[in-house]
Amino acid sequence: MMKTLTEKQKKLLYRILAAIVMMILLSILPLKQYPAVRFLLFLVPYFTVGFDILRKAFKGIRNRQVFDENFLMAVATIGAMMLGEYTEGVAVMLFYQIGELFQSIAVGKSRRNISELMDIRPDYANLVTEDGVEKVDPDDVETGSILLIQPGERVPIDGVVVEGSSSLDTSALTGESLPRDISEGDEILSGSINQSGVLRIQTTREFEESTASRILDLVENAGSRKAKSEQFITRFARWYTPAVCYSALALAVLGPVVSMVFLHRSGGWALWSKWIYRALTFLVISCPCAIVVSIPLTFFGGIGGAGSKGILIKGANFMETLADVRTVVFDKTGTLTKGNFAVARICPAHTGYIHTGYEHTGDLGDTGEEPGREPAGLLAQESRDQASAVRAGGKAVEERLLEYAALAESFSTHPISRSLREACRVNGQEPESPGRVGTCREISGRGVVTEVDGKSVAAGNSLLMQELGIVIPPEDDHSKTETGTIVHVAADGQYMGHILIADEIKPHAADAVRELGRAGVTRTVMLTGDAEEIAAHVAGDLGIDEYHARLLPEQKVEKVEALLAENAKGAGRGSLAFVGDGINDAPVLSRADIGIAMGALGSDAAIEAADVVLMDDDPLRIAEAVRIARKCIRIVHENIGFAIGVKAICLLLGAVGIANMWLAIFADVGVMVLCVLNAIRALV
Amino acid sequence: MKKTYKIDVDCANCANKMEEAANKTPGVKEAVVNFMALKMKVEFEDGADIDGVMQKVVENCKIVEDDCQIYL
Repeated sequence: MMKTLTEKQKKLLYRILAAIVMMILLSILPLKQYPAVRFLLFLVPYFTVGFDILRKAFKGIRNRQVFDENFLMAVATIGAMMLGEYTEGVAVMLFYQIGELFQSIAVGKSRRNISELMDIRPDYANLVTEDGVEKVDPDDVETGSILLIQPGERVPIDGVVVEGSSSLDTSALTGESLPRDISEGDEILSGSINQSGVLRIQTTREFEESTASRILDLVENAGSRKAKSEQFITRFARWYTPAVCYSALALAVLGPVVSMVFLHRSGGWALWSKWIYRALTFLVISCPCAIVVSIPLTFFGGIGGAGSKGILIKGANFMETLADVRTVVFDKTGTLTKGNFAVARICPAHTGYIHTGYEHTGDLGDTGEEPGREPAGLLAQESRDQASAVRAGGKAVEERLLEYAALAESFSTHPISRSLREACRVNGQEPESPGRVGTCREISGRGVVTEVDGKSVAAGNSLLMQELGIVIPPEDDHSKTETGTIVHVAADGQYMGHILIADEIKPHAADAVRELGRAGVTRTVMLTGDAEEIAAHVAGDLGIDEYHARLLPEQKVEKVEALLAENAKGAGRGSLAFVGDGINDAPVLSRADIGIAMGALGSDAAIEAADVVLMDDDPLRIAEAVRIARKCIRIVHENIGFAIGVKAICLLLGAVGIANMWLAIFADVGVMVLCVLNAIRALV
Repeated sequence: MKKTYKIDVDCANCANKMEEAANKTPGVKEAVVNFMALKMKVEFEDGADIDGVMQKVVENCKIVEDDCQIYL
């Protein structure tokens, strides 16, 4: 405990302890007969514990910054001492200082927590030069330099791995605890930690533009935007403290006067001192420290806590807007779906190579070229079960189907061909084997016919199959239920099966939408440039309330504006958040009440335009951000309500003379400590 | 021209007061105090004498909050 205290805090602690010991001694000593000695002796603990407050109050008066908490404390305690209430006078100062110490420890602790979590600034870089490796300041590294990164070291500058492989701990950047495996050719971001192997990277940015620097910059600037409640506190403090001081003065003067005039009490010191005591109690109670201290602390904790989870909130004002979000608008691609085409399913024909003789009905239509979604329908599962029941060793058949498709498409650069090859690679197969692939004929809008292992392999949409006279067995035809792109494969005129390629829905997308509902979001909207059916499917699967398909980027802005207008009409419907992946949606990000860019570390425009930046691309973080903001704002309201409530009650009691100085101390320091404790909850 | 200075101050509200004082100093275009990072970021007016302005900023901060430090 003692180790974590700073020198300043230790000194204050010793002063408090010394004053307590002196107060105990003074209460034991029989000093009743010597009032002068008693007064002088009490001055010792008073100055021990309170000299800095008195000095600050004095300087404040000299600098015409009169009405602050130091002034309040000085007036209240000096007043109490004058009235002969020595114990109370010293006690007020003592407890005030205990409160200050407590607050200072709490702030220091939260600051340390946050700075540990945000400690991503690299101190040096190992620059590889002709004469070996040199430790340099990351600021001096030019773009394109080669850096050496040892295991355990932090990546200083963004770059591409040119040699070595390792796993990277990116938790400081993304909050993701699973390490990421990287090897040659992979891009790595500064701020992550190299865990296992030695890496050589070529830098792609300067230090100043690197991810780590940009994140730190963002966090360090978060303070510039004040929340409405913070502005309220500043304004509040500006008139509140003087108002309280004048009220106290009025109480001290008018109280006795009114008593004398209307109640015909005899004047005299007893009456005056009674009312002065009440006025001083009033002063102590009304000290606004609890609110003034705890509210900035709450925002500070909330923004820091969110930052440590990979959620960068650009300012306290956005914390408020985020807490008020009722409508969330998603840009589909990149937020709910991965935005890449991948093999979603491999479906070999039910009967393998043997053509079963079903007649082709001819109304298959065009199922090709529809980007889509990952199907999770019952039907798909059913057909898969059937298929595996029919075939023993189905895995081998699937691999073969994929391999043929990939080989057939091995000359194509179409995204679909790329995803086929990628799936092959993941399976551990070799997708490019020049020896096995012969002539290739590409039929535009249909597919390819390629010679593979001496067979004529056709891979393409149903039109291609139709043209080649290949019959797709009805039980293998899912064109009515699937919304991805289907690649049919046939070898030497025999139907082999099909492969479904779809834009994958992110694993947590459905959970994310549900979590948002739980966090208080009442309306979810999805915008996409894709076709109606795909949008309907994705929205249906994820439980999104509305969708708007076939939108051009500028129409997305119009849609968001329309939604904003709707929100404005239905008063009290909260604010609107737009979530985008930062690609081409900067205008929408800045137009929405609050723009959330996700996985946007690479995009400067998005970081610039967004109000909240999610460092990884997990949509669950959106709900988490909303929850953190709600909690932070709730704490702010609790503290304002609690502090003002307790103080109002105590002030009333004090004014009518029921409350004494001890209750006043609780209303001041006790409330402050409770508010600070409450504020610290925002950190987690 | 922007510069960042390390500061020392005890409470969040005092940091706000410092920020206000710094912003009122002539030659300062915008000052931002980050209580969390204990840093003050100052953007100077074009052609301002940075050292002179910062001396003034320190003075002004000391007036509103005696117990503060700016490490120049």
